[in-house]
Amino acid sequence: MVGFALAFYWAPEDADQGFSQKIFYLHVPIALTAYACFGWGAWKALRLLWIGERRYDLESYTAIHMGVIFGLLTLVTGSIWAKVSWGVWWSWGERQLVLFLILFLFYSSYFMLRFSTEPGPRRERNSAVYALFGVVLIPVSFLAVRIAGTILHPTIFTHEGADLPGEMLAAFCVCLAGMLSLAGALYLVELSGKRIDASLRELKELLA
Amino acid sequence: MSAYAADVAALARKDLLLEIRSRDTLPAMLLFVVSALTVFHFALPEGSSERAETGLLWIAIVFTALLGLARAFAAEREQGVLDGLVLAPSDRSAIWLGKTIGVTVFLVLAELVALPAFALFFHPLSWELVAAVALANLGIAAIGTLLAAMAAASRARELLLPLLFLPLVIPVVIGGVGASVASNPGSFLAFLGLYDAVFAILCWASFEYVITE
Repeated sequence: MVGFALAFYWAPEDADQGFSQKIFYLHVPIALTAYACFGWGAWKALRLLWIGERRYDLESYTAIHMGVIFGLLTLVTGSIWAKVSWGVWWSWGERQLVLFLILFLFYSSYFMLRFSTEPGPRRERNSAVYALFGVVLIPVSFLAVRIAGTILHPTIFTHEGADLPGEMLAAFCVCLAGMLSLAGALYLVELSGKRIDASLRELKELLA
Repeated sequence: MSAYAADVAALARKDLLLEIRSRDTLPAMLLFVVSALTVFHFALPEGSSERAETGLLWIAIVFTALLGLARAFAAEREQGVLDGLVLAPSDRSAIWLGKTIGVTVFLVLAELVALPAFALFFHPLSWELVAAVALANLGIAAIGTLLAAMAAASRARELLLPLLFLPLVIPVVIGGVGASVASNPGSFLAFLGLYDAVFAILCWASFEYVITE
């Protein structure tokens, strides 16, 4: 786990040398990692509904928790990038950011749903169904923001460096791998913490 | 399959009959949508574009739907009907389908008032707008029914539903507004149809998990 974290902290330094648009190496891997977390959470949710094992509930919850953190980071870094590139903190023309705003709102509601339902099988299943909705909402919103972007907001910003030359791609992949490892490490730490919490609560209930 | 259709029809009929007898939800929705349109008239300064007016119509529709959906499972909850329905020897997704049909009927009735009122207060309707509203109804009812069942299981029922509902209907608003104002409404209408199909299937398949204790 420490190795993963080291790889992450070391990799961006390596990648940053001599490149403009450095935040690209931070922003895009974070965004992709957030997608991966949401996808992982939905996969665990599907397993919960399919197999019915209760441990999947915590795993799905933790993955979405990570996804929301990385989604928020995406919004922040994207906003900084927008400020640097276009001089504004927020641009409705940037589809990816708009999509992340929708997803962030959606998954924040996931927490509201979780915290306002009594713990139990019903909450696990409701959360799981909502998590599955999220992973369907991602492509649907992407499509919606895309068609809206072409017609309602005719100015579309294009990024320089969309076609990556080889070495940039390599650095990008290292960053992505580092970010995914970081997310994985955080996921495992958080999951074990939540498991201890849950077992502690069970013990307390047994004692009371 | 015909037994399934009979279950769905019976459940939808129960909702409509209940509404005809008690008149709880629909008058509130009608009054709300007309009041909302009146408020929007004053919210828009003189000389606002027709595009802005159309956008506000969509807001009125979404919030009217929210008003109806908040009451969707109220009768069941108060009388403890849901336990009976879940125990009944029918497919649980039939409960969702019956309720969705009921909600759709309420929405259509509310819009039968809202759209002429909009045409009267603001500007004439285009056929694209009407088609988009019709398509959006299905998606709103399908998703809203499932989320209403979810919210009914939580402590903060009325508070939670809008939070769950609004992020999910952002694509509907995008598609609806796009179909009403853009130069190529076809692609937006197709998007709305796709949204309806995807989420209807998802709700139909997952409702069983939401409703059972």
